[in-house]
Amino acid sequence: MTAERKIRILIASPGLDGHDRGAKVVAYALRDSGMDVIYLGIHRTTEEIVIAALEEDVDFVGLSMLSGAHMILTEQILKMMEKYQIGDIPLVIGGTIPKKDVTRLKELGVAFVFPTQTPLDKIISALKEYN
Amino acid sequence: MTETKRVLETGIEIRPQYTQEDIKGLDPEKDIGSPGEYPYTRGIHKSMYRDRLWSMRQYSGFGTPKDSNQRYKYLLGQGQTGLSVALDLPTQMGLDPDDSMSLGEVGRVGVSISTLNNMETLFEGLPLDSITTSFTINATASMLLAMYLCVAEKQGVPFEKIGGTIQNDILKEYVARGAWIYPPDFSLRLIVDTIEYCTKHVPRFNPISIAGAHFKDAGCTCVQEAAFTLADAIEYIEAVLDRGLDIDEFAPRLSFYFYTHNNFFEEIAKYRAMRKLWAKYLRERFNAKNPRSWLFRFGVVCGGSTLMPQQPEVNTTRVAYQALASVLGGVQSMFTCAWDEPFSIPTEENARLALRTQQVLGFETGVVDTPDPLGGSYFVESLTKEMEDKIVELIEKIESRGGMVKSITEGFVQRQIMQEALKKEKRISSGEAAVVGVNRFTIDEEERELTLHEYDENVAKEQIESLNKTRSIRDNGKVEKHLKQLRAVAKSDENLMPYLIEAFKDYVSLGEVCRVFKEEFGTFQQPTVI
Repeated sequence: MTAERKIRILIASPGLDGHDRGAKVVAYALRDSGMDVIYLGIHRTTEEIVIAALEEDVDFVGLSMLSGAHMILTEQILKMMEKYQIGDIPLVIGGTIPKKDVTRLKELGVAFVFPTQTPLDKIISALKEYN
Repeated sequence: MTETKRVLETGIEIRPQYTQEDIKGLDPEKDIGSPGEYPYTRGIHKSMYRDRLWSMRQYSGFGTPKDSNQRYKYLLGQGQTGLSVALDLPTQMGLDPDDSMSLGEVGRVGVSISTLNNMETLFEGLPLDSITTSFTINATASMLLAMYLCVAEKQGVPFEKIGGTIQNDILKEYVARGAWIYPPDFSLRLIVDTIEYCTKHVPRFNPISIAGAHFKDAGCTCVQEAAFTLADAIEYIEAVLDRGLDIDEFAPRLSFYFYTHNNFFEEIAKYRAMRKLWAKYLRERFNAKNPRSWLFRFGVVCGGSTLMPQQPEVNTTRVAYQALASVLGGVQSMFTCAWDEPFSIPTEENARLALRTQQVLGFETGVVDTPDPLGGSYFVESLTKEMEDKIVELIEKIESRGGMVKSITEGFVQRQIMQEALKKEKRISSGEAAVVGVNRFTIDEEERELTLHEYDENVAKEQIESLNKTRSIRDNGKVEKHLKQLRAVAKSDENLMPYLIEAFKDYVSLGEVCRVFKEEFGTFQQPTVI
């Protein structure tokens, strides 16, 4: 990405979970740090998310998941990203993620995992430093 | 050195000292009064916990109905005094376990219920005339209540003997928790149907528990929590009055639900202020004559977003203080979260410790020996009054915007809450707000492994098999007839409850019913707030 271009990130909650405090707080914080945030909201199917990521030409796809269904939903979204040929866009996961699943998610190919209570500054700098 | 100011999130500044001067504007009779007397600032009962402790009701449910049935029997065996059913997300969203959107969610955050068959198993060996049950269910509350009544009928228990609560508060779902299905009009109609039906046929049941808890856990302040909840309650009351019911027919069964978070006296003052305001609204604004209509009955949950994953055992301490604040605030029913709930639903051992926290409070500490022991405190009475004024100010602001439904569909309430949530996050990140174990007194926890409740991956398969079996043995001709009839009644003015009960008796599934209503009324579209 060039220096002039702002980092673009899509934030969404896949599946049925409706708790969106974390997703919104992170969305606001990233926006305030100078990124372009496309907030898709809750109850999204993995296909809706992937199509939006494609259309919005984002640099990151960020998913918030708090119900515990993160392993199966991540597998599903990664498959969908492959299908739409955007498997190269780094996937970022936040939410209620137990320690053992952080490792498992990274093994699947997730770029970053930010469990609840990750400081906002840490999320911002991780995304800015990624290349 | 100048002393640091102490300011609550709501902007109320705590003074260095409180004296008689701070309460001289308060009328000892009209503002404070006595426990069990109007305006009930000091509690809704004359002797409060001397007569009866609050209900100890631990929110619980997971996996198959059989798994949850066993957990309920365990908790009741440990001295819990009522049931509180956690439903999984597909059940909350009106989807059957075989729906593609249910993937990964069946039986995960609660128990999976899709047909009467499941509900029968959930309450097997639990006679409904000897327990009361609270269901945290909203968009599909009318359906779950209908199934519960079917179980009562099968057990031979008359509806008049059924006690319990359905949350049934959709407005806060649009704002804070997201478990909505239908747009406000049809959702409110379902709620009014349940209130009307219970008023006439299930008189001991609370058909709604108007909840501030979710606003609070989404990040708002105590004043916002109180004001948004009371403003929601006003909307519900007006909707039921429009149906033609008299205020005193249903107001005595309205109940409330909140989060008690960390600021001890602010929480106590919040409950005292709301109790007084509710009594005044009911008596003066809605002209309720029956004193039971004036009573602000509420349950609480202690924990939620105040629970931290770092040094998680500390959560037990947080919850204990929150529970004490709730009792000093005059609570009727309480759920104390277990310390491992930032990670998953609790293990049996941790769920037991959480229950014990309440039992120590109720049976050992003596705080229950006299009602409202803080009544008359310069600080508490003064803070109660300040909170009351701020709550009224915000309610008036919402009403001047056209009420809660309008403020929600326009995203006003959501924005207010988000701004607070962001402020809170920044205060924690900067260290301005202390969180023990997170930004103070931290330890290296890299190597720690906790024993957590594990989700059973087989639950979805079992629930889908059970649903398929039900579908193969039920009379599918009858099912079609019921669905056709439900569609017709939904389009009319008739109360849907009796038709839902009849449909579930013939094992129509939750997903089938909800699909029909979705086809007729569509779904809610979330306003953009970012």
